[in-house]
Amino acid sequence: MPQAQQTAQAAQTMIGQANPTAIMFFVLFVLITLGITWWAAKRTRTTKDFYAAGRSITGFQNGLALAGDYMSAASFLGIAGLVSTKGYDGLIYSVGWLVGWPIVMFLISEPLRNLGKYTFADVVAYRLNQRPIRAAAAAGSLVVVLTYLIAQMVGAGTLIKLMFGLPFELAIVITGALMISYVLFGGMIATTWVQIIKAVLLLGGATLLVILTLGKLNFSYVNLFNQAATATPLGQKFLEPGGLVTSPVDAFSLGLALMFGTAGLPHILMRFYTVPDAKAARKSVFVATGFIGYFYILTVTIGFGAAVLVGQKVIMGIDAGGNMAGPLLAEALGGNLFLGFLSAVAFATILAVVSGLTLAGASAFSHDLFVGVIRRGQASEKDEVKVAKIATVGLGATAILLGILFKGQNVAFLVGLTFAIAASANFPALLMSITWKKFTTAGAVTSIYTGLIVAVILLILSPTVWVDIVHKSEAAAVAKQVKTIEDATKAKIADIEKQRVGGLNAAKVAEIDAAIAAVKKDAEPQIKTAKEQMPKAIFPLKNPGIYSMAAAFLIGILVSLMAPDKAAEAKFEGEKLREYIGIGAED
Amino acid sequence: MSSKKKTVHEILEDEDFTSLSGQKNSISIILTVLELVLYFGFIALIAFNKPFLAQKIVGEGATTIGIPIAVGTILLSWVLTGVYIFWANSKYDSLVKKVKEKIEG
Repeated sequence: MPQAQQTAQAAQTMIGQANPTAIMFFVLFVLITLGITWWAAKRTRTTKDFYAAGRSITGFQNGLALAGDYMSAASFLGIAGLVSTKGYDGLIYSVGWLVGWPIVMFLISEPLRNLGKYTFADVVAYRLNQRPIRAAAAAGSLVVVLTYLIAQMVGAGTLIKLMFGLPFELAIVITGALMISYVLFGGMIATTWVQIIKAVLLLGGATLLVILTLGKLNFSYVNLFNQAATATPLGQKFLEPGGLVTSPVDAFSLGLALMFGTAGLPHILMRFYTVPDAKAARKSVFVATGFIGYFYILTVTIGFGAAVLVGQKVIMGIDAGGNMAGPLLAEALGGNLFLGFLSAVAFATILAVVSGLTLAGASAFSHDLFVGVIRRGQASEKDEVKVAKIATVGLGATAILLGILFKGQNVAFLVGLTFAIAASANFPALLMSITWKKFTTAGAVTSIYTGLIVAVILLILSPTVWVDIVHKSEAAAVAKQVKTIEDATKAKIADIEKQRVGGLNAAKVAEIDAAIAAVKKDAEPQIKTAKEQMPKAIFPLKNPGIYSMAAAFLIGILVSLMAPDKAAEAKFEGEKLREYIGIGAED
Repeated sequence: MSSKKKTVHEILEDEDFTSLSGQKNSISIILTVLELVLYFGFIALIAFNKPFLAQKIVGEGATTIGIPIAVGTILLSWVLTGVYIFWANSKYDSLVKKVKEKIEG
């Protein structure tokens, strides 16, 4: 019966097969973006063009591009999937991804634009020793970029395989080759426009999907939720908080990483140099926050809509994680044409995000490592652009290789790691350098490395990696053993239950109840002993944010206070003037 | 070199600049704290008072109170960035202009 059901479901959807409509839309997107890249290539001469699009992007355009950088395919498909399978918990999850943006605006955006040139290391190194700072900041940037890139690449391969029926490796190679072309030839100008086009397509597609969904429900959210409350086996619980937040400390730690991690993502920070001034920088965050918030509300609606109009059984039959909830809903409401369009948009989304990451990684390599560390600040523009282009190809190839290497691995933890490192290695040093007069070179360097190392080590020792990945087989064995005991107990109870036939006297009923209770009591210690064998994480929290961030701030402060740097303190006045007024800011 | 340095120092001591930097710092800190309270308040509600969020809104069928609270957290975060923009456009920019004019004489 389940077999028959599955084939029936598979017959209803085009997902997982080569879809000509999707391929047509995707080829169209690729042609347009390559056209833009060709146009951008003619305008990309100097480092300012390559890293910062000549600072010619308006605040509104940059807001769209920032939103594009942040709205990944994983968040579009993943959050809709989480909502369609877990309900309210998916909504909680989506909120966490937005709250970092106001922090970026209040603390970072304007000082960053006023003080820096191309990378956030410019700001940290403003009045400190260039070489050690740039080496440390480049390390922080490159680790963040690479972990995020692997997560995106592996996700891309899996999603494209699901949606287009392309082999995993081919999907990764196509993604990598296009991403390298955009960045290599069109630099930041092409990357920005790819990002803007993708953001418009994604927001437009999601809006249309929501309109079609609500159209089926009399344009009433109340109606949507009423139906959602009866559509799943969870019933009313579908609209209540479930198991996502069980440990407050864990939730707090993840929340900190998400909030301050956004303000430490190199590909986001780099965008603030593409606008003409601090005023445009701040406007772009307002625009980005609005679009990203709107996007999450759409995505959550799509998730609930899919649970109601498609049904959990079908969604989870295609992909257990629910990742295909959005595309399935599109197919149900708009047929193959809309499914094809949305699949192409998801592919475009992946491409745009990895391009932004590659450019950020290449700039950390060329601007910070090559010019700042190796050439001690002395390099011609021509050399710098050349190195940036070599780094682009190198990073792209690395991303393709790692993507294929990590095939089939659970890489979800990498996204958490990315935000934890960004919040611990990059954000504290950045914040202290713009606000604290007594911050020193040694303080900044030790803070960055501490944040980086503590975040990585604690994550390896956390349940996310230590139990779910390192001791995966042991954990599975214990789970299997527990299940065996539970199944045996259930069978025994079912056996006893058989005696319960109509017309029994009270004594007999009590006897049966007692027998069942005895079986249950018997099983309890067995299950307990079995569960004690479960591998335990050395570090208890799933996300290390709270400790790694605290360590980075603490070390940065202590080291700075122990060995004051009078020269750096003296330069603080000039920094302050430029930070607040924008005098001397790069134009 | 030393005369230029003195000018920078003088500007930083100027009351227009101290008022500008003081206001900017206060606004940034207040709004950051508000955002932290907003989000972690929401998380605390989930961690410590699930039944509150699970209540149905009277007259709205199955919709729970947790849904507008979650969406409200998203919307309020955006409103806070709007508050900052409003302040910066209406006050900060004119203060910056004033100080810049002083520097350029």
